Amino acid sequence: MQNVKSKMHNFNVKFKNFIFLFLILNFTFLIFNLTGCGGGAGQGDRIQPAVTINAWHWMTDRDDAFAELAARYEKKTGVKVKFELYAPSDSYTQKVRAAAQAGTLPDIFGLLGEKRDFASFVIAGHVANLDSEMLRDNAAWKNKFFSRAIAVNEFLPDNEFKVEPGVYGVPLDVMNIQMLYNKKLLKDAGIKRPPKTWDEFLAMGEKFKESGVQGLVSGWGEMWMIDCFASNYAFNIMGEEKVMKTIKGEIPYTDPEWIAVFNLFKEMADNNILYNGIVTMVNKTAEQLFANERAAFAFNGSWCVNVYAGMNPDLDYGVMFPPAKGDFLMKAWGGAGSSFLVNGRSLFKQETIDFLRWLSDDEQQAYLAEVTKNLPANKDCITKLTPVLASFAKAMEDTTHPNIWPVHEFPLVIEAFDKGIQAIIIGEKSPAEIAVEVQKVKEKELNKRRQY
Amino acid sequence: MDINLKHIIIRRTKLSFIYVLLSIVALTCVFPLLWMLGSSLKTQSTVFSDPSLIPASPEWNNYYLAWTKGEFGVYFLNSVFYTTAVVFGIIIISSLAAYGFSRLKFPGSNILFHMFLAAMMIPLPGSFVPLYVLVNNIRKVLLEFLTAISPFLIKIFPAHFVQQSIAFIQHQAFPRTAYVFCMINVGLSLSIYILKTFFDKMPGALEDAARIDGCNKLGIWRHVALPLARPALAVITIFNALNVWNEYILAQLILSSKETMPLQRGLIVFQGMHVTDYPLLMAGMTMTAIPIIIIYLIFQKHIIKGITAGAVVG
Amino acid sequence: MNGKLKSTLINYLFVLPAVLIFAIFYIYPFLKVFQLSMVEWDGILPTMQFIGLDNFKEIMQDKIWWDSMWHAGYITLIALTFQNGLALLLALVCDREIKGRNFFRVLFFVPPILSEVVVGLVWQWILDGNYGILNNLLSSIGLHSLVHNWLSDPKTALTCIAIVHSWKGFGWGFIIMLAGLQTIPRQLYEAARVDGAGSWQMFSKVTLPLMIPVFSMVVILTILGSMQVFVLIIAMVGQGLVYHTTVPVLRILGAMTGSSRFGYACAQGIIFGLILIIISFTQKKFSEKIKQA
Repeated sequence: MQNVKSKMHNFNVKFKNFIFLFLILNFTFLIFNLTGCGGGAGQGDRIQPAVTINAWHWMTDRDDAFAELAARYEKKTGVKVKFELYAPSDSYTQKVRAAAQAGTLPDIFGLLGEKRDFASFVIAGHVANLDSEMLRDNAAWKNKFFSRAIAVNEFLPDNEFKVEPGVYGVPLDVMNIQMLYNKKLLKDAGIKRPPKTWDEFLAMGEKFKESGVQGLVSGWGEMWMIDCFASNYAFNIMGEEKVMKTIKGEIPYTDPEWIAVFNLFKEMADNNILYNGIVTMVNKTAEQLFANERAAFAFNGSWCVNVYAGMNPDLDYGVMFPPAKGDFLMKAWGGAGSSFLVNGRSLFKQETIDFLRWLSDDEQQAYLAEVTKNLPANKDCITKLTPVLASFAKAMEDTTHPNIWPVHEFPLVIEAFDKGIQAIIIGEKSPAEIAVEVQKVKEKELNKRRQY
Repeated sequence: MDINLKHIIIRRTKLSFIYVLLSIVALTCVFPLLWMLGSSLKTQSTVFSDPSLIPASPEWNNYYLAWTKGEFGVYFLNSVFYTTAVVFGIIIISSLAAYGFSRLKFPGSNILFHMFLAAMMIPLPGSFVPLYVLVNNIRKVLLEFLTAISPFLIKIFPAHFVQQSIAFIQHQAFPRTAYVFCMINVGLSLSIYILKTFFDKMPGALEDAARIDGCNKLGIWRHVALPLARPALAVITIFNALNVWNEYILAQLILSSKETMPLQRGLIVFQGMHVTDYPLLMAGMTMTAIPIIIIYLIFQKHIIKGITAGAVVG
Repeated sequence: MNGKLKSTLINYLFVLPAVLIFAIFYIYPFLKVFQLSMVEWDGILPTMQFIGLDNFKEIMQDKIWWDSMWHAGYITLIALTFQNGLALLLALVCDREIKGRNFFRVLFFVPPILSEVVVGLVWQWILDGNYGILNNLLSSIGLHSLVHNWLSDPKTALTCIAIVHSWKGFGWGFIIMLAGLQTIPRQLYEAARVDGAGSWQMFSKVTLPLMIPVFSMVVILTILGSMQVFVLIIAMVGQGLVYHTTVPVLRILGAMTGSSRFGYACAQGIIFGLILIIISFTQKKFSEKIKQA
């Protein structure tokens, strides 16, 4: 019993120590906070900025630049802008959706996702229509941007979501997705120039095999990158009109030209063009492999310039459009990279709009582009770009994006489409089988829409 | 003699087999740790191209950069606060409840316990929206109450003090408290379940002795049950500490300003949408892992030493 | 009588704080999720359409959902056998007085501490089809036929994920079982040894009966942890290899924000919870039976 008692005593002492530690921690914390507030109290005597604009964003790599711009703006106008970062994007999306339900969205926020969700936010009154501001003075503000960048944020008259037409967002930067090739590896494989046609591209597989070079890397473990590639070739093979008709449900996915699109992936897999394991590769891994010269081609977006520069400054590579297969114009996937929206219920709507207009001025756009090495949404400040980035910028007019199409595919169909392509690449199913499966999902969704 | 030798050989082989197994498992455990350490000392251009585990010219500066760029100072204190508060809260609340469920009799005890069990089993991925709305409503009510009583407070305290206190409650105290309670709720069911299992397993003789000595129920809980359950308490401490330390989804949902965010917020800085700064991320993760390793080192001893003293008496 | 009532009230006080927190932070979200499972709603619009049990009917016919349930079950089965077997073996070893056990005890807890990001990167590197350590090892010992891309082959992807998951999780089973083993009074072993019991007999006659509640707990925790695994899967195979690596939680998250079907996601969450409850309680009843036998 003696032993037990001494043990208990021991425990008691420790227990008390623990409480003590806890109290100390709390206390230090309180002081820590009070000192934090103390600074604020000192400023309290000064005239505080009357307006504070709150902004939520998910762009980790731009957080510092935003803070800097906010500081400049406050110095200039006295309006305080407070940027708050929530990342990664899934977590950010959850926060924004929850805040929309609670009615606590900030003055400025951004949306990630499909146009359908954007439309719901507008219908729910969370997003302000910027049309009157954009169109003022002969549309001076609107004309600053790449047309594609605006289109992503625009709802046209008679849109399928029944949203009041107008521009609902201010684009920050633009991007598009193209193919990149490693000059040295192509030479090693005995290839003189990048491919112009699809058949030339496929023929390279043989040379890759001989020289032990791996072909194409891309983040095809993230399904949207597969979707980009397929969409490029769908435009190239059947033309924009037929793609839209398919989405409307007038042409089935079992159409031979759609099967031809699916078949491209089978051809690439059969001809040793794809990097071994591309179907489960996230884009960051793909970037790391291309930067370290482990693959000859990459299918990647304009942001990659920044990534490759960080990982391998000496990488010698060029940009190209994916080699054409069909007769129609190929369009690269692209448009606004990220945009800011104004809260429709903001207390400082006008001030917020003024800030965003300032943010899209040449000087600020140039600063953002320089710091983050992105393509600015303001087309007037594409100067001082590196050759690679300049060729990305040049392609901006030949881009397209589902969010600017007049009609939109069902999420479940997109999922079946992209997952189906993965199945084709690993040789599990044939292009024709996938076409049938995708069409089945499509019909089910069409029926559901008629029902509700 | 012969038999003895055979015995020794068998024992030796058995022992060496055990050590080979232990070493293989240990090696797989330590390898990723070394890789993390090694990567934290490389540069962005060598992190995937340099195959050596520890680079020739280690970039110790990465740690300083990660600490300052990730603004770890503030986040670190926040995380220490949240982890301490949540773990402390869970230990007290769950051990009281588990003791109640295990030893005390009251109507409905079985139903209540199974409710906790069920809660532990149902994941509610959709609950972030109602949770956010709930916390926000509580905040609104609290603010209304504070504004309603502020005219009276101003009569007693200086006006700017009252204003500041309300601002402090609104922006600091309330979100932090709400987050702590949410996290206590997250770990509570599991902790009750683990503790009850251990309480059920423990002999009741010591408690009876204490009761005869005149201890009341609370006294027995604190002086007998808790010390005896020390291994289990250590397990739930480690479990919940790790859980809170690594949590960020709920933190980003409930907390609304940078000053109140935990450590994981610092790590996010290195993982951009497109660019991940691997060396700084690994340096940051290494620094983040150290306190958890220390907590484990401290508490795992209790798992081992724990009950042996009690057993001597029993 | 009064004393008894008072005593019961005091007993209630022990569970009161837990019940209060539970009532505020769990019951309300739970009821809300329950309500949302019966609507068609995208998670954004102010209006939602009540559709009764339609979501549940749809889940019943959702083949991908039930496939994902089977995948989680497969991962759980591997975790139950491989992970818990390893954890028990190592706990038994570390329970004995062997040299260096403190050292091993610390190392075994490294995987649970590591971030999924690190685990994903390291294991991707080991399992890579072109430059992977595992493939190099296999070809150097002559097993060329086994060399392939482990994570993008439907035959091996899920098993690889399950093994890495077990590796990352065995530390938990290890410390809980070690804590359980440590609470077994040493005199019982001494007594058994005096009676001439061998090590197997000691294990089956002394250790096993006393450890059944702990085993039962570890099994339930393993089931809950493994059925809900998803961060590791994202870290290893991104959004997945066709549908071969998808699990219920990923389907729920995908439905919630990916395809904006909040109601459907909530219904999936409830079905998933029900299945977990059924499995766990069956297991619990089962182990209680064994204990009585």
